Amino acid sequence: MAEHFGLKYLRREVLPTAFCPGCYNGILMNALFQAFMELGIEDLKRFVFVSGIGCSSWIPSPFIRADSLHTLHGRAIPVATGVKLANPELNVIVIGGDGDLASIGGNHLLHAARRNMDLLVIMINNQVYGMTRGQAAPTTPHGMITPTTPYGNPERPMDVASIIAGTNANYVARWCISQYIPLKNSIKDALSRYSRGFRFIEVYAPCVTYVVRREGKTPGEKLKELMKKCVRIETWRRMSPEEREKHVATGVFKAEDKPGFIETYKKYIAQALGEK
Amino acid sequence: MTERLFLSGNEAVVYGAIDAGCRFYAGYPITPSSEIMHLMAKELPRVGGVFIQAEDELAAINMIIGASWAGLKSMTATSGPGFSLMQEGIGYAVMTETPLVIVDVMRAGPATGQATKSAQGDLMQARWGRHGDQYLVVIAPMTPQEAYDLVIEAFNIAEAYRVPVVFLMDEFIGHGREIVVRRGADKLVERRRPSDHEPPFGSKDPRIPPPMPRLGEGYYVLVTGSTHNEWGYRDVHGFETHYRLVTRLKEKIWGNIDKIFKYKVYGDPDARRIIVCFGSTCRPAIDAAERVGGTKVLRLITLWPLNYDKLAEELSGAEKVVVPELSLGQLVYDVAQVYPRNKMRVVNKVGGGIPIYPSEIIKALEA
Repeated sequence: MAEHFGLKYLRREVLPTAFCPGCYNGILMNALFQAFMELGIEDLKRFVFVSGIGCSSWIPSPFIRADSLHTLHGRAIPVATGVKLANPELNVIVIGGDGDLASIGGNHLLHAARRNMDLLVIMINNQVYGMTRGQAAPTTPHGMITPTTPYGNPERPMDVASIIAGTNANYVARWCISQYIPLKNSIKDALSRYSRGFRFIEVYAPCVTYVVRREGKTPGEKLKELMKKCVRIETWRRMSPEEREKHVATGVFKAEDKPGFIETYKKYIAQALGEK
Repeated sequence: MTERLFLSGNEAVVYGAIDAGCRFYAGYPITPSSEIMHLMAKELPRVGGVFIQAEDELAAINMIIGASWAGLKSMTATSGPGFSLMQEGIGYAVMTETPLVIVDVMRAGPATGQATKSAQGDLMQARWGRHGDQYLVVIAPMTPQEAYDLVIEAFNIAEAYRVPVVFLMDEFIGHGREIVVRRGADKLVERRRPSDHEPPFGSKDPRIPPPMPRLGEGYYVLVTGSTHNEWGYRDVHGFETHYRLVTRLKEKIWGNIDKIFKYKVYGDPDARRIIVCFGSTCRPAIDAAERVGGTKVLRLITLWPLNYDKLAEELSGAEKVVVPELSLGQLVYDVAQVYPRNKMRVVNKVGGGIPIYPSEIIKALEA
């Protein structure tokens, strides 16, 4: 029997993964590995994965067979920035959650995007702090009940993809975990057609344990719901404000191919030193 | 290629770092350390290095961690509040055995305190600022020349032991300007790279630091700040893995104390009146000892790990010990471990940019 294409990108000795049964992290891993395969990437020797703290940060560390840095909570992006600047030949990918990247690490996300730093950042938005039992995150829907919002979330969620689209980032997209093929193709694009500058992919994938089960649904039922709830940006823009609240805008928010920070930095230094 | 330059301590530390092989700097502006950042921005690209201005100190410390794993000798510099912000990252560097140099140009605290005024109040923070059991190295220069010479030593220690080194300066040294001889490094230490089947996070003899892989070369290294075994695999439950790891990280430093710990004696080596000091307070101390005679100055270069046996040996038979500090007293706790408190005299002064004068030390010596 033919082996699953993803196995060569995994450290088999640590399988199975530590994720909850039905966790959508598996779908993302599949999409990522399929993107690698379709791009003809045989091994991940020249890739470095950097993650912070949280469930999705465990995807690369220890499961992906590549160099990986499992860093402090929120600090994946600065560590990744250091790696990329020190050795621009490496492909540096950050995988993390919404709490890690948009809350405690929000400043770094914003500034790496502003710099158009040559990184691919994949943010899994599971709407809560899953690893610590599902507390409210900056992405938690208004009104949702969590251990830290027992009377319903009084705050409003952050639209991370739109915020990053407002910076100098080259590529910004959001996909629901139910949109497997566009998600996979988007990862491919962010590694090929748009291989420089800051590339940000938000993956909307509610935590199966602390969001989906609290709603009394199975992961499968939730996927079916997401297929209706997630619409393309163009459709979403035509909706009334009330309708928009009930849907998730997905698609490519921005796709440019401007020089990333590395090229700009090198050019700037070369010019300055050449003038002497 | 020896050059005689007129430099501040902050500028000297930059040339020392570059001559030590530093090729990556990330930092955030803060008084009184900013001149380090300014000169790094100018000089690093000239030697093929990389400079980046981080969005905050949290980013700065984590950027240099990433750069160090990618293979470059890396450094940051900061002061008071910035040093506080970096603590978590320094703890991560200890746990992941990442060679770094962190320059802290001390100013009067706590909080914003007096940004432009010298102090020595970060001594305990440099040693113990992180949560958990963690050990690193702290070195303190006392002149701009030493800022140059000793930062080379700091890089060598960081590389040899795979450990972050805190280079503890203060505003007087950072902004003091003198002739500095840029003499180049006598020897440069480079981190050891692993051969096949050599674990990157363990060694049979805990005093021997493990080799460090470089990212992108097919080691498939797993770096984590969580408890990990010798191959980097997380074990966040077992007693054995955690205990073995933290005791090894301690032994890696304290087991090599004879090689790491350095101090210097000035004045009359046989005198029974002794001044114990570090950093910028040593110059008034040496001056005081010279003026009154019959006084020995025990000047600590390495502040951590501190060889308490050596300290006890040097202070044995002392009739009086004076400890001058630009703080309300921190080094004094080290002296108190090996010398009776009732025979000790302290000179504490901090704030306003006023140094401790030799006359004040003499008064304490003669009291």
